[in-house]
Amino acid sequence: MSIFQSLIKKEVLHLVRDFRTVTVVLVMPVVLLSLFGFAISTEVNNVRIVAVVEQHTDETVQIIDRLRSNAYFTFEGIVPFRDVDGLLRKGRVDAAVVFRTEDGRLQHQILADASNTNMAQTSTAYLESAISYGTGPAVVSHTLYNPQLKSAYNFVPGIMGMIFILICAMMTSVSIVNEKESGTMNLLLVSPVRPRTIILSKLVPYFLLSCVILTLVLVLSYTVLGLPFSFSVIHVIWVTILYVILALGLGLLISTLVSTQVAALLVSGVMFMIPVVLLSGMIFPVENMPPVLQWLTCAIPARWYISAMRVLMVQQLPVSYVLTEVLILAGMTLLVLALAIRKFNAKR
Amino acid sequence: MDKEIVISVKELTKEFGSFTAVDHITLQVRRGEIFGFLGANGAGKTTAMRMLCGLSFPTSGSGTVAGYDIYRQAEEIKRHIGYMSQKFSLYENLTVWENLNLFATIYGMNAKSIREKADAAFRALGMESMRHVLVREIPLGWKQKLAFTAATLHSPEVVFLDEPTGGVDPATRRKFWEMIYRSSAEGMTVFVTTHYLDEAEYCHRVSIMVDGQIKALDSPEGLKRQYHAETMDEVFRTVAKDAKRGD
Repeated sequence: MSIFQSLIKKEVLHLVRDFRTVTVVLVMPVVLLSLFGFAISTEVNNVRIVAVVEQHTDETVQIIDRLRSNAYFTFEGIVPFRDVDGLLRKGRVDAAVVFRTEDGRLQHQILADASNTNMAQTSTAYLESAISYGTGPAVVSHTLYNPQLKSAYNFVPGIMGMIFILICAMMTSVSIVNEKESGTMNLLLVSPVRPRTIILSKLVPYFLLSCVILTLVLVLSYTVLGLPFSFSVIHVIWVTILYVILALGLGLLISTLVSTQVAALLVSGVMFMIPVVLLSGMIFPVENMPPVLQWLTCAIPARWYISAMRVLMVQQLPVSYVLTEVLILAGMTLLVLALAIRKFNAKR
Repeated sequence: MDKEIVISVKELTKEFGSFTAVDHITLQVRRGEIFGFLGANGAGKTTAMRMLCGLSFPTSGSGTVAGYDIYRQAEEIKRHIGYMSQKFSLYENLTVWENLNLFATIYGMNAKSIREKADAAFRALGMESMRHVLVREIPLGWKQKLAFTAATLHSPEVVFLDEPTGGVDPATRRKFWEMIYRSSAEGMTVFVTTHYLDEAEYCHRVSIMVDGQIKALDSPEGLKRQYHAETMDEVFRTVAKDAKRGD
């Protein structure tokens, strides 16, 4: 067996014998995907509404019928105006519509419980469109690429951006620092093994593990979560591989900067995870952030990866549409690897 | 050059900025010799040893280890030495055999000679039944013997032992020194740092480092005679009493 092979074998034996970690690493993506794909939904359903009608006309009867039959609403009945405040306060209803006839024309007012801003905004918009239906000029809207507005489409790229940073950066940095702590790294450095062989033998097993996870994520996304399957999956795979290499490089870089496993965990867990969740556009759109934060997001690899994945996985466009993202990711990879290898060799 | 000189350094110096960790040390170690490298914490032992192992380059001075130049042939040096550090750094999650096999492979031995040498080593140590036990499950004393075996299986010309007996009981230390003597008798040079001054008595020759310099270098008997001392402990305290560094 060659030196490289025996070092890889050692790493694989360590992984296999650390059964708990491997299980966590393999189960986590599945749990995250199912959670975000099914349980967490930004749609608003079952908005409980009541109506206040001063004077019934044909028009108010029609509108109330439309509200009753609309799947997004649960119509709780017609109530006198003085009860509305109490119902909203007690949280029995989410919104109330008041109809009043002034100068022979029907006016309406919407009262919504905005203690949950997102819900209030969405339900107000639903109500307005349901009320004004058929009155103004008709607007026919089509939602492209995600006709059913499934939240899985939104979250799968985000989850992938998070999982690979977490697994690759965290696991490589912890495993290298572990060798520093236990002193085995010193034994390797004293031996005739070249530093680059040591580094590669550390990265290859985690790269292979990431490939297994990628397969798992893709199979889940295209089957259970129902993302559209097409030829673009090839591009998804190779852009992800680029991202995985970048994450491995980050892990290596962290391992050269810290000297304890706890520090490695903190740096990769806290310093990488929080920006990935908050600033990558996974949950909060980058376009809505103040300019300073928008500049900051440019430094976060996950932002570019997630944006590329949206185009490749959801829109299923060819890779030429995400050239900027891919080039930035490639640049970051080269930079991080160069820095990490320099730091690793600088010890003498 | 004398073929019997395995380690030879002259005026070896290592500076970190304005701090001189190792200050012009000169020493020679013969083949098969057990050389004790003593000094208080912070005296510069580890830095000196790292230069001899090819892990770090000296600021000035010259030296050869196993006949190879410490500046130009660091890679060759690494191939011809063994190294065991104060923490018995073996892979805890690998078995006894997997550890030996890994390190022997790294030092370029082929599968057949690894098997033969390992079999012989297991027999000599009485560890045959432990072959497939994970290292984290064997007692400390055994780990130490195993670490020494892993460092010497490829028959290096010099083996560097960095405080190899830290934290073990006197009986185990005694047995460990028997292993060192056997290797030395077979012609292996042993370069050992230690905190235990009774161990210094076992060495053929001893050097004492103070503040980066070698202040005394002779056989234990010679040193005791020179400093009119009964034990190496007294010698050490006399030599190191003016130390400014360390604790």
